[in-house]
Amino acid sequence: MTQITVREALRDAMREEMARDETVFLMGEEVAEYNGAYKVSQGLLKEFGSKRVIDTPISEMGFTGLGFGAAISGLKPVIEFMTFNFAMQAIDHIINSAAKTLYMSGGQISCPIVFRGVNGIAARVAAQHSQCFASWYAHCPGLKVVAPYFASDAKGLLKAAIRDPNPVIFLENELWYGKKFEVAQEDAERVVTIGRANVVKEGEDVTIVSFSMSMNRVLEAAEKLENDGISVEIVDLRTLRPLDIDTIVKSVKKTNRLLCVEEGWPYAGICSEITAQAMEQAFDYLDAPILRVTGADVPMPYAANLEQLALPQVDDIIGKVKSYFK
Amino acid sequence: MKTYSYSVKDFFRFYENMLLIRRFEEKCAQLYRKGAIGGFCHLYIGQEAIAAGMKEVTSLDKDSIITTYRDHAHMLMCEIDPKVIMAELAGKVTGCSKGKGGSMHMFSRQRRFYGGHGIVGSPASIGTGIAFSHRYKNDGGVCFCYFGDGAVNQGQVYEAFNMASMWKLPVVYVIENNLYAMGTSVKRSHANQDLYKRGEPFNIPGKTVDGMKIQEVMEAGREACLYARNGKGPIILEMQTYRYMGHSMSDPATYRTKEEVEHVKTTRDPIEHIKSVIAKKQGLKESEIKDIEAKVNDVVEKAADFAVNSPIPQEAELYKDVLI
Repeated sequence: MTQITVREALRDAMREEMARDETVFLMGEEVAEYNGAYKVSQGLLKEFGSKRVIDTPISEMGFTGLGFGAAISGLKPVIEFMTFNFAMQAIDHIINSAAKTLYMSGGQISCPIVFRGVNGIAARVAAQHSQCFASWYAHCPGLKVVAPYFASDAKGLLKAAIRDPNPVIFLENELWYGKKFEVAQEDAERVVTIGRANVVKEGEDVTIVSFSMSMNRVLEAAEKLENDGISVEIVDLRTLRPLDIDTIVKSVKKTNRLLCVEEGWPYAGICSEITAQAMEQAFDYLDAPILRVTGADVPMPYAANLEQLALPQVDDIIGKVKSYFK
Repeated sequence: MKTYSYSVKDFFRFYENMLLIRRFEEKCAQLYRKGAIGGFCHLYIGQEAIAAGMKEVTSLDKDSIITTYRDHAHMLMCEIDPKVIMAELAGKVTGCSKGKGGSMHMFSRQRRFYGGHGIVGSPASIGTGIAFSHRYKNDGGVCFCYFGDGAVNQGQVYEAFNMASMWKLPVVYVIENNLYAMGTSVKRSHANQDLYKRGEPFNIPGKTVDGMKIQEVMEAGREACLYARNGKGPIILEMQTYRYMGHSMSDPATYRTKEEVEHVKTTRDPIEHIKSVIAKKQGLKESEIKDIEAKVNDVVEKAADFAVNSPIPQEAELYKDVLI
């Protein structure tokens, strides 16, 4: 076992795929000479040169459209958004261009592109820089949406995303880049298949489904719940579209209770979708209503105390689980 | 700059290509009114000299093309079978997008025709990316990137101009200025109406061209193509043109007078212009003109028959081509 940060895992994934395929290039704001606004592309300019690691002006819509144009004409761009908050400027090209062109062209024009960068709740940066776009992208046919938590998944899924012939949204988190994970040697070069959830921990009494940074809180809550005698099964979604509903249903059939956790807003969120699908496919196996723990339905406030109130907390997860057993 | 001279035979070819566009679009209008074509349908009538002229300077074996929703003519000028274009318009499985794209979303990977885009301004960014590919692969190709006078008021056009100029990408931006962005005239929506100057802040040269005269389109197109192909970077051509029909089939075009339209038709029609050139060169032989008309009409009729008689997509097609 070796320890690796998520930042290194992502960088290694890009480096390996760029070495493997000359049509792969990285483009975005500060990705080259600055080595990445969050240092994810550290060293890539030096290794691959300015033809393949390209600093853009602050022009999200322009370089996203440009990346799409490059993707449909034979290249495999990795487009880094400094954060997905800024990708709102470019969402037209992500949805109207990237997600739809294969369909609109009757299967002729494929778009192998990765849009990656910081998503989700950050720290004290308030409403415009602290929000989760998972359900926005997961809503749209024609996209794949990936949001890993563990470093080995971050690397393996980014490698898979770059090799994928479809547009892939790859959601990262600023607070997660520096987190260290144990990575087994055999996992180092592994490509992780998109579209498969992972049962991170097996349990008997309740299934908790989550993804990305919320996994942090779920893992902590599960540990405390185990100490109180409640056995928790944890499903890390890893991919949000296509959703691995089979793994969720299988788990629900075992535990008969389902709790969904996400940082994003509750309205039409990822948890809402999981709830609907689990109800449709596993209704007879549920002993209690499906419950959700989500971010508060407000723009993210700046004040530290209000920010904490707006975020799903470990105690919220514990409280909801315990409500099943009262 | 070398001035090209064209033979009478060349002019007959231009005539045939432009007539094909016009008759094809007239047939579209006819089928639309019958309900055989649905949705939005934007016709190219009046603007034929641009697509037909630029065809003469485009290397179909290595260059790329992207345009807006007014795309039928550019597809035809990429030598794509009129039958599959018309079938697409009719929503048939034999169409270039299996009936799933329609009038505004046509593509041909084989011809590097990258659409057919329904979002105003988006071809500018996408075309810049296609040019980026040509440069990355060093394949000698140029991207011909078409959009209208309305698109030049979209912000992304300037984001694209900036990057194309900085990176000296091989792209020719062709602004088809037909004077009306849907119902809003250029005069009412553009602070500066010299659209060829829109690249000036980015050091992109531009030229205004009489887009109703095919010789002028070809000459400017050839010069621009050489400029881009030789690594000098992007260049802008503003083609001064006019559309005879409304913005789309559902637009009655009440924002301009009938006299204005008639005036252009009688004084600047691009097809009549070709006829007058041929007449001056050799004296117009009615029989030759009639032969071309008959040939074009036959092609268009066959395309329409093919479209009308082709099968609709099977229901299983609904969920295909969402992902690979």
